[in-house]
Order: sequence, then C-alpha cells, then structure tokens
Amino acid sequence: MNIVVDIVLFTLLGAAGFALLKVRNLFAVVMLAGIYSLLSAGLFTVMDAVDVAFTEAAVGAGISTVLFLGALALAGHHENRPGHTPLLPLLVVVVTGGALVYGTMDMPGFGHPENPVHHHVADHYIEESYDEIGIPNVVTSVLASYRGYDTMGETTVVFAAAVGVMLLLSGARRPRSRGGGGGGTAGEGEDG
Amino acid sequence: MREEIIIRVGAKFLAPFIIMFALYVHFHGDYSPGGGFQAGVILAAAFALLALVYGLEAVQKVLPLWFTRMCAALGVLIFAGVGVVTMLLGHNYLGYNALAPDPTHPEHGQHYGILLVELGVLVTVFGVMVTVFYHFAGRGRSDS
Repeated sequence: MNIVVDIVLFTLLGAAGFALLKVRNLFAVVMLAGIYSLLSAGLFTVMDAVDVAFTEAAVGAGISTVLFLGALALAGHHENRPGHTPLLPLLVVVVTGGALVYGTMDMPGFGHPENPVHHHVADHYIEESYDEIGIPNVVTSVLASYRGYDTMGETTVVFAAAVGVMLLLSGARRPRSRGGGGGGTAGEGEDG
Repeated sequence: MREEIIIRVGAKFLAPFIIMFALYVHFHGDYSPGGGFQAGVILAAAFALLALVYGLEAVQKVLPLWFTRMCAALGVLIFAGVGVVTMLLGHNYLGYNALAPDPTHPEHGQHYGILLVELGVLVTVFGVMVTVFYHFAGRGRSDS
C-alpha cells in the first residue's frame, strides 16, 4: 500500500516540477509551487517525518504562497521568455546531477537500520530522552533541550532575516513618500 | 476580494479556529508533532488570511506593525533570557533542570524550559512572518 502512495506522490511531484518549468503565467506558477510543497509534505508523512511534513505544509504551501502572491502584485503576472538557449544550463545541471548520483553509490543504503547516522547519538536520544526530559515527543526533546543552542541560533537567524527584509523593503519607500509629501516635483518626475 | 460575501464570512469564521489550532500546536508540541515554529507560522497565517480578505488597514488596526516588529525581537529575548535565568539559578546556559519546582526531580524542569523557549520561537516566527507579509503587501499600495 505504501509503495502505491509513494509512486502516486512522486509522479505528481514530477509532473508539478515540469509544469513549474513550462508555465509562463506566474500566478499559475505560485499555485503550482504551493501544490509542490503540499505533495512534498505528503511524502514526508509517508516517510514518518511528521514534524518536517508539518513545517513544509505550513511554510511551503501556506505562508510562502501568500508572500509570493504579494510579490506578484508588484511584479506582474507574466514571465518573459529567456533570451538565451537552455543548452549550457542543461549541460551544467546534467553533469552536476550525474556527479551527485555517482556520489550516492558510496553511501550506506537508504533507511538501513545499521547506518552510522542512526547510531551516533540517536540511540541515546531514543532510549534515554523520556527519563532525562520527560516528554514523549523525541523531536521536541532534541530540538529544544539537547540541541537548544542550535534552536536559539535558528531563532536569531529568522529574526536577522526579518531585519534584512525590513531594511530592504521599507528603506526604499520612505524618501519617496517624504518627497511627495513636501510637494517635491523631482521624485514625481522620476516615476513618470 | 472585499465584496465576496462567502469569502468574507468564511475568513471570519475560520480565523479563530486557526488561532486556536496554532496555540494547540504550541502547547501540545511535547506530545504530538509541531512546536513553536509551526505554531508561529500558523498564527501568522490567520492574520494573513484576514488581511487578504479585509485589507491591510483593517488588520493593522488590531495588529499594528510596531507590535509585530517588537514580537520578532521579543521572542529571541525570551529564548536567550531563559538561558540567563538558568545560569542565575546556578546551572548551565539553557540547563532547564534549574527550573524544576521540586529539587528532588530536576528533570521536571525540562518541561517548563522547553515550553518557554518554544514560546520564544513562536513569538519571533509570528512577528517575523507578519512583518514580512506587511512589508510585501503594503509596498505596492503606497507606491501607486
């Protein structure tokens, strides 16, 4: 049953990816990107990574779709055709992709229980976290307690990103509105 | 979208449930998937929905920009502050065992510590998401 769900989700994911490349109407692109995120969230759920799926659905399919729509309102709905041929980018992508696939040959089998990644600290977390932390969700214990410093860093990064967006988006607006309010014709002349 | 009565009523009906769900995701994060980050995003989504339907000005009356900006900084302060408090109580930075009400069971403090730092994450993510949304949505309007 799981394999059927996997195949269906991956097929739809591939179809959404190709449609994203082909469609020139940016409104459709934003909607397809949301669908792509939702399908990824479905795949994460099948892989039992429910916390990741939750985040993907909320951020990828939810908030970023709204932000893209906000950007669309500024940028217009149609994407121009690129002026160059896609041959060189295609070559770069194929070579890089081939190298990455070649790199996976040396890696241990996907999801194999004997993989080193599952035995470095994961054993300790799974066996001891309920006694040490006292809450059933191991993901939350690792995120907030064992790896509390990392989560604090992430929170700071999110804050820093917002400061950057505020500087970029509100800094450009203020002089123009001040010039317009003071009856300055120079600013208005540039807009026209 | 402001003249569509179904969307207006639907958004007004959905928003409180979305906000409740965000709080559930936060406070139930110890037992089920989710936590501060997801809760913050969902909380922000509720206000983004209202802003899309009722307009930016209506939502900014309830949730002004200075408040969301302050939230973005306040969350980091809460997170870092928990660490300072645990240090003042004689433990390591972010050593939540210091917060235990009963010293014979230090692991009980972990629950409070996790809830508090996740609250910090929630406040920052909520503030950041709404602030970014306000800037994107408000920009085209003031320029035109």
